[in-house]
Amino acid sequence: MAAIEERRNLGETPGWNVDPVLVLTLVLLAGFLAQGPVRRLLSTPVMQSWMTVFVAVVVQALPFLVLGVLLSAGLAVFVPPSFFTRVLPKRPLLAVPAAGLAGAVLPGCECASVPVAGALVRGGVQPSAAVAFLLSAPAINPVVLTATAVAFPGQPRMVVARFAASLAAACVMGWLWQRLGRPDWLRPRAHDHGAGGGRGEAFWGSVRHDVMHAGGFLVGGAMAAATLKAVVPASWLHAAAGHPVVAVLALSALAVLLSICSEADAFVASSLTQFSPTARLAFLVVGPMIDLKLFGMQAATFGRGFAQRFAPVTFVVAVAAAVVTGAVLR
Amino acid sequence: MNRTVQAILLFLVGGVLLHAGLTGLYLRYVKAGLQPLVLAAGAVLVVAAVATAWYARRRPGGHPAPRVSWLLVLPVFALMLAAPPALGSYSAMRAGTAVTAPRILTPLPDGNPVRLTMIDYADRAVYDHGRSLAGRTVTITGFVAFDRDGTPYLVRMLLNCCAADAQPVKVGLTDRVPPVLPPDAWLEVTGAYTGRQATDPVNGGTIPFVDVGRARPVAPPADPYESLG
Repeated sequence: MAAIEERRNLGETPGWNVDPVLVLTLVLLAGFLAQGPVRRLLSTPVMQSWMTVFVAVVVQALPFLVLGVLLSAGLAVFVPPSFFTRVLPKRPLLAVPAAGLAGAVLPGCECASVPVAGALVRGGVQPSAAVAFLLSAPAINPVVLTATAVAFPGQPRMVVARFAASLAAACVMGWLWQRLGRPDWLRPRAHDHGAGGGRGEAFWGSVRHDVMHAGGFLVGGAMAAATLKAVVPASWLHAAAGHPVVAVLALSALAVLLSICSEADAFVASSLTQFSPTARLAFLVVGPMIDLKLFGMQAATFGRGFAQRFAPVTFVVAVAAAVVTGAVLR
Repeated sequence: MNRTVQAILLFLVGGVLLHAGLTGLYLRYVKAGLQPLVLAAGAVLVVAAVATAWYARRRPGGHPAPRVSWLLVLPVFALMLAAPPALGSYSAMRAGTAVTAPRILTPLPDGNPVRLTMIDYADRAVYDHGRSLAGRTVTITGFVAFDRDGTPYLVRMLLNCCAADAQPVKVGLTDRVPPVLPPDAWLEVTGAYTGRQATDPVNGGTIPFVDVGRARPVAPPADPYESLG
């Protein structure tokens, strides 16, 4: 029974019942035997820089993913669900900004906030509040704001604008979800804690589950980001900087495609000097909320139906928040 | 993908992170300060692999991982079999120079010649117009890159977090430039400030130059990148 169930979950044909351990062994063996030709193929500069950026994004993001996964497993196993419902205000109007501000205490980047938000939803927190937390945590925590201040010396307004625009966009998304969201869009993957298993089993089961799901999508996002970095010439951006509206849209799209960690994106933004401050603010607000690797990780944690609806709306709200904040604080 | 395979994959990913963190391989991809985090993540993944295998033996079954998890094989291959090199002249000449905004300058350290980082030299040359460099010789280390016209540059990539956000610091070479320079070769250049400057065609940043007194080929440094603070 378990085997049939497993095949159905994988969406594979019934005739495909090869032992996965054998598949993995064959994959590893094939990779080992083919390393000579593969190395020759990879010796061109463009492929080498692709590989370097790909490995760099994965190596840099995995520690933060592991941190978030550990926090998420700890929340799921050691904190009773009633705790969150007691701490957060009952009314969504207040719970959303409260959860958004609570994001300031998670000292990590966006890779850490996705699994933690997943644990909050499973723990019975209102989805609208969890959404606000998911979006605000990677942008307004002290580590990221300090990095922003270092990257923009003598421009404290950039830090203030980033904090205000990110928090506002997160709250708007939370309230939007409260008004328009339907429960069946949100399908947090049920965790297999194994009835009767101890806390240790539940904890490590949650860690394994989150790393396998989000890690796979993280690798996919890293491949997309490396392709962009290796293929698209930076001079294209130079051309977009001249027009105020195109500049904002270009940097917002760049934030989505590059998938840079929110602890590092301020330094990239500060180097894009030919762009207006509002365009650079949009880069800083959009990046931690939605990018290629985040889309994959959100789909893995909350279900594809959620990610497909959530990502475009998040993009629009984040750009709007950045433009309004940029206009007010100029 | 059953839990045994998941345990093996977790072990492999954790293993390559530990390997990269312990051998210094990680310095090609992320900044030096991330080493403890990389090692801790590798250790946690190895423990998770052992725990997964242990619980799978005690109670078989459980739900499988999605097929996207197979992608985790790729970074294992990339790190174990290929171990791509640090970013070089190809990436450097496609990106705009990092010298675009003034930073706070500290007094020049003692010594003649004085050893400076590339970004420190470039900042002093561009934003201080070489005032703090007057009458001194400096030593800077980087790799060689050429632009389309064949002008030689000494370049070092500036890292904030990982190689995905790396930006080149370009310093043009003038005066006694060695006649034969292969791209990506590492050089230690001892020379003096010159007022000559160029504009980076990629992002409009400023490229300072250095009057080469002596250029010596050196082995690539353990940390091929520079970072601020």
